[in-house]
Amino acid sequence: MEKRVVFRSAWLPYALLAPQIAVTVVFFFWPAFQAAWYSFQLQDAFGLTTRFVGLQNFEALFADSYYLASFRTTAIFSLLVAGAGITISLLLATMADRVLRGALAYRSLLIWPYAVAPAVAGVLWAFLFAPSIGIVTYFLRRMGIDWNWIIHGDQAMLLVVIASVWKQISYNFLFFLAGLQSIPRSLIEAAAIDGAGPARRFWTIAFPLLSPTTFFLLVVNIVYAFFDTFGVIDATTQGGPAQETQILVYKVYYDGVKAADLGGSSAQSVILMAIVIVLTALQFRFVERKVQY
Amino acid sequence: MVENRPGLTVLCHAGLLLGIVVIAFPIYVTFVASTHRLEDIMAMPMPLLPGAEMLHNYAQALAAGTSGGSQAPVWRMLANSTVMALAIAFGKIAISIIASFAVVYFRFALRGVFFWMIFVTLMLPVEVRIIPTFKVVSDLHLLNSYVGLTLPLIASATATFLFRQFFLTVPDELAEAARIDGAGPMRFFRDVLLPLSKTSIAALFVIQFIYGWNQYLWPLLITSDESMYTVVIGIKRMIVGGDAANEWNLVMATAMLALVPPALVVMLMQRWFVKGLVEAEK
Repeated sequence: MEKRVVFRSAWLPYALLAPQIAVTVVFFFWPAFQAAWYSFQLQDAFGLTTRFVGLQNFEALFADSYYLASFRTTAIFSLLVAGAGITISLLLATMADRVLRGALAYRSLLIWPYAVAPAVAGVLWAFLFAPSIGIVTYFLRRMGIDWNWIIHGDQAMLLVVIASVWKQISYNFLFFLAGLQSIPRSLIEAAAIDGAGPARRFWTIAFPLLSPTTFFLLVVNIVYAFFDTFGVIDATTQGGPAQETQILVYKVYYDGVKAADLGGSSAQSVILMAIVIVLTALQFRFVERKVQY
Repeated sequence: MVENRPGLTVLCHAGLLLGIVVIAFPIYVTFVASTHRLEDIMAMPMPLLPGAEMLHNYAQALAAGTSGGSQAPVWRMLANSTVMALAIAFGKIAISIIASFAVVYFRFALRGVFFWMIFVTLMLPVEVRIIPTFKVVSDLHLLNSYVGLTLPLIASATATFLFRQFFLTVPDELAEAARIDGAGPMRFFRDVLLPLSKTSIAALFVIQFIYGWNQYLWPLLITSDESMYTVVIGIKRMIVGGDAANEWNLVMATAMLALVPPALVVMLMQRWFVKGLVEAEK
C-alpha cells in the first residue's frame, strides 16, 4: 500500500531516518557481521592470537555431542512450552468467551503475568519448588514424590517449562480471546439452531477459524522458548543438572561468556540466526496468506 | 449467549477461577514470604498467611539489600530500572515514529533499502548476538552506563511497523489539505499526525516499558558495578547459594518490588496495551 499524497524534500527523509539507521548499523549490523567473522576464526587459550580456520568451528560443533544434545533439549523444551501454553490459554479463552458477564474482569486478572520478567518468574517458581524449603516440594513429599530438581534432570525440565508457560499464558490468552470474539455470532447461532452442541461448535467452527491465530502463536511461542526463556533458565537451573536444561541460547552465552570460546560461541550464534530467519520467514508467508484470506 | 446451559456456564466460571488461582498462587506465596522472618520461611512448611515483618523486610531491602549476596540497596536498582524502561520506551517511540513518517510520506532514493534494513532487525533478538554486541559497546566505552544499557536495545523494528501500519490508514485528504494550506511536512507531522497517533503511542509505551523493565541478559553482561544493577539483575545477584544460604524474605520482597511496577502499568493501561499488542503483531 502506498500513499497518493507525498511531501517533497531532498534531505528531510534522510534526517528523519538517520537516528534509527545509525543505531541499527552500530548495534545490529556491525555485531552480526562480527559474529559471522569470528565464527571462522580460532583464538588461542590466552586470547592473544586469532587465525582463520574456515569452517572448523562449525565442524567442531556438529561433532560435539553436547551441542547436539542441546538441540534435542531445545526441541523438547520449546515444543512443551508452546504446546502446554497454547492448550491452556485456548481453554481459558474459550471459557472466557462463553461467560459474557465478567469476561473483562477475568481478562484483567489473567493478563498481568505478561508484566513479570522471565528471570523473576524463574525465581518465583524455583522458590515454590525449592528442594529443601519449597511449599510445593513439601506437599509433593507428603504425597510420596521424591522431588529435587537440582538432581533430577526431568524435574528440572518440568520446572523451567512450568515457569516459562506461566509467563506466556496471558499473551496467548489475549490473542485467542480477540480471535474468538471476532467470530461472527450469526455463524455460531446458526450452528446452535441446527442442533450442534458447544463441543461440536468449538471443533467445527471456532477451532478452524482460529487456526491462523494458533499458527501465529505457535511460531511466537517457539521463538519465545528459544530466546526469552534465557532469564528463566539462568535464574533457576543454569542449564543443569548435567546440561539437561541447556538450551541453545544458554549454550551460546555459556560458551562465549563463561568459557570464553569466542569462535565456537559465534558459530553457534550464526546457526541460531539462521534458525530465527527460517522461523520468521515461515511466519511472514503465513501472514501474507491470511491477508488474502 | 446462544443457548441456555447454566451448568456449562457455571463450569466455565469455575474453570476460569481455578485458572486465576493457579496463576496467582506463586505471587501470593512470594508476597507471604516477603512478610515473614527468615526463620519462619525456612520452617517446613512455610506459613501461608501474611506475617508481621512486611515493613521491616521492605525497608531493609530498599535501604540496604541483603547481607550475604548483593549489598546494593534496592531503591537504587529500582531507579536504574525506571531510567532504563523509560529511556527505551521513549527512545524507541521517538526514533521509530519519525522513521516511519519518512518511509510513508516521502519518496526518495534508497527508500526500499532503508526499509529492509529496519525490517531485518525484527528477526534477531539481542540474545543471538550478545557477545559481538557486547564487544562493540565495550569498544565504545559504554559499559556500566545508562547509554550502554539502553541505546543498543532501541534498535528494533516493532514500533516502526506499528506506526507505518497506522500512518497508512490515515486518509490522504488530510495531507492534501495540509499541503493546500501551505503547511510543510514537519508542520503536518506535528499538528495532524502526532495527535492522531496518541493511541498507538500509548499502546507502544506499555509494551516497550515492560520490555525495558524486564531486560535480563543485556544488563547482566554490561553492568559489573553494583550501582548500575537493575532490579531484575539485583534479584539474581541476591541468590548466592543453596536454599538455606539465601535471605529469602528479602529476595521475595525485592521480587515483589520488581514485578509490581510493570504489572501496574499493564493493569492501568490495559485498554491500550491489549489494542497495541494484538495489532502490533499482526
